[in-house]
Amino acid sequence: MMMEISARRRVTNAVMLSLSGICTLLVIGVLFFILGYLLWEGARSLNLDFFTKLPKPSGETGGGMANAIVGSGKVLLIATLIGVPIGFLAGVFLAEYSGKMFAFTLRYTVDLLNGVPSIVVGIVAYALVVRPMGHFSALAGGVALGIMMIPIAVRTTEEFLRSVPNSMREGAMALGATKAKTIFTVVVPAAISGLLSGMMLNLARVAGETAPLLFTALGNMFWSHGWLQPIATLPVMIYNYALAPDEDLHQQAWAAGFVLLALVLVINITARLIIARGAAGLRR
Amino acid sequence: MASSTYITDELRSLRNGGLLQRLRGGDEIAYLITLASAVGILLLVALLVLELWSNSQPTVKTFGWSFLTSSKWDPNSGKFGALPFIYGTCVTSLLALIIAVPLGVASSIFLAEMAPPKFSNILTFLIELLAAVPSVIYGLLGIFILVPLIRAYLVPVLTKTLGFLPIFQGDFYGVSFLSAGLVLSVMVVPFIISVSREVLIAVPVEQREAALALGATKWEATWQIVIPNASTGIIGSVFLALARALGETMAVTMVIGNTPKITASLLSPGYSIAAVIANEFAEASGSLYISSLIFLGLVLFGLTIVINAMARLLILTTSRRGV
Repeated sequence: MMMEISARRRVTNAVMLSLSGICTLLVIGVLFFILGYLLWEGARSLNLDFFTKLPKPSGETGGGMANAIVGSGKVLLIATLIGVPIGFLAGVFLAEYSGKMFAFTLRYTVDLLNGVPSIVVGIVAYALVVRPMGHFSALAGGVALGIMMIPIAVRTTEEFLRSVPNSMREGAMALGATKAKTIFTVVVPAAISGLLSGMMLNLARVAGETAPLLFTALGNMFWSHGWLQPIATLPVMIYNYALAPDEDLHQQAWAAGFVLLALVLVINITARLIIARGAAGLRR
Repeated sequence: MASSTYITDELRSLRNGGLLQRLRGGDEIAYLITLASAVGILLLVALLVLELWSNSQPTVKTFGWSFLTSSKWDPNSGKFGALPFIYGTCVTSLLALIIAVPLGVASSIFLAEMAPPKFSNILTFLIELLAAVPSVIYGLLGIFILVPLIRAYLVPVLTKTLGFLPIFQGDFYGVSFLSAGLVLSVMVVPFIISVSREVLIAVPVEQREAALALGATKWEATWQIVIPNASTGIIGSVFLALARALGETMAVTMVIGNTPKITASLLSPGYSIAAVIANEFAEASGSLYISSLIFLGLVLFGLTIVINAMARLLILTTSRRGV
């Protein structure tokens, strides 16, 4: 009798444990499938024209997405200029100055902002920038993505500044440095590699955002001059081309997806490796 | 604490006439600038809520609560009702959870309890990369890979074996609640795995050892001792995933079919809150149309905020108790 139950238990044990392994394999399998498929489709459709030419008018084949690549760069530049300084400074405040109650409130608010769906941020950027100006623009897209960058910028800054040992602050202050001088010449430099990688991760996260750009940056089949015109971006191009009833455009969407994913993953992996190495260094 | 000592410092330096010197040294300026940024973020969030609220007033005034319960969405005749979108958002998110939760929890058990730590870290790293893939790329793969696969393999099997259920009846065009739910499940699974794994790891080793010492198998120790201890945090991770699924826009927009209707069949095309905003906002004309879309945005905002807040609370309590 005992043996029988024991056998049943052993079988349950083996079955359930292998099932959990199979589930993990399945999830990892999905990742490699995505990478593999995009690599295959994207590499087939990618050529030099993609990087150097403008989109062709509908009906003609060929052309590229040079304007969307530059456009994504411009929108991301605005987003970084908005999101990183505000987030960084607020993070410094959280880590170095803030009292407990205020810190809790700010942290909670930042978490809330982080949870706001990107499409809702798009609506707000529309109401704040597009409507008053009367037209879609690169600036509006940048504002939307900039707002989305703030939460991670705050939390990254706070986290990495907190990981700097207090003895460094005390050392600097003992030498007569003011608090500000301590923070900006001792604490921030000590955390700089983590801060930079965190900001890179942040940028990679918003680089693929599409929803907030749909009705802020809109899109453009031509070059967009300055910062106040509608502008093409890679994610929005992928969206539009994927839904277009044209095989040639689908191929271009794959190529754009490949470029976007490669960009996001390369930044992501680099930043994570730098952070992991920094953490290992601190432990030693 | 720190800020109050700072303020007294400031007062003292004012009294001593040293403010100018301190300003030149940048000390006060640095404090004020960082404070301004911090307060600025609080104001920004307030502004965000205010903008959503004030811009949705025309709809609130015209339809009131019936906006949320009406299922008629006809911009041409000025009739706006949110129900089909709320329904679509809920159905696709629930479907995503039904698939993603068992898969995610099982994977996190493997990663936390069975895999050697080094191996587990590498696998987790890879899984977290899945979360970094932009949603428009999931949409792209959804349209061109997943939908054809579902049409060729999954739907024939489903209608043959479970076709007596109303949820698997009707014609299948490819784009549907089912496709959207499947794409969403792939998108949220990394969140469940990475949070649940953390929570499982936080359960003290002694509990496992005690169970094993009493003769439990590895699985029994995990299922009857570790999982119940970590359950609050795991539920938190599920809420986190739910919030992501509710707000997810691009991938859903690309595969859900964008048809505002309410049917029991998962094989039928539908619509979601985020998808209708993405699809119709740029072309919406008339203030009532735009304000209805913004009101939908406010509903989505409210839903995700509440669920996120619950998720954070649950995860916080477990990780505190666990350590």
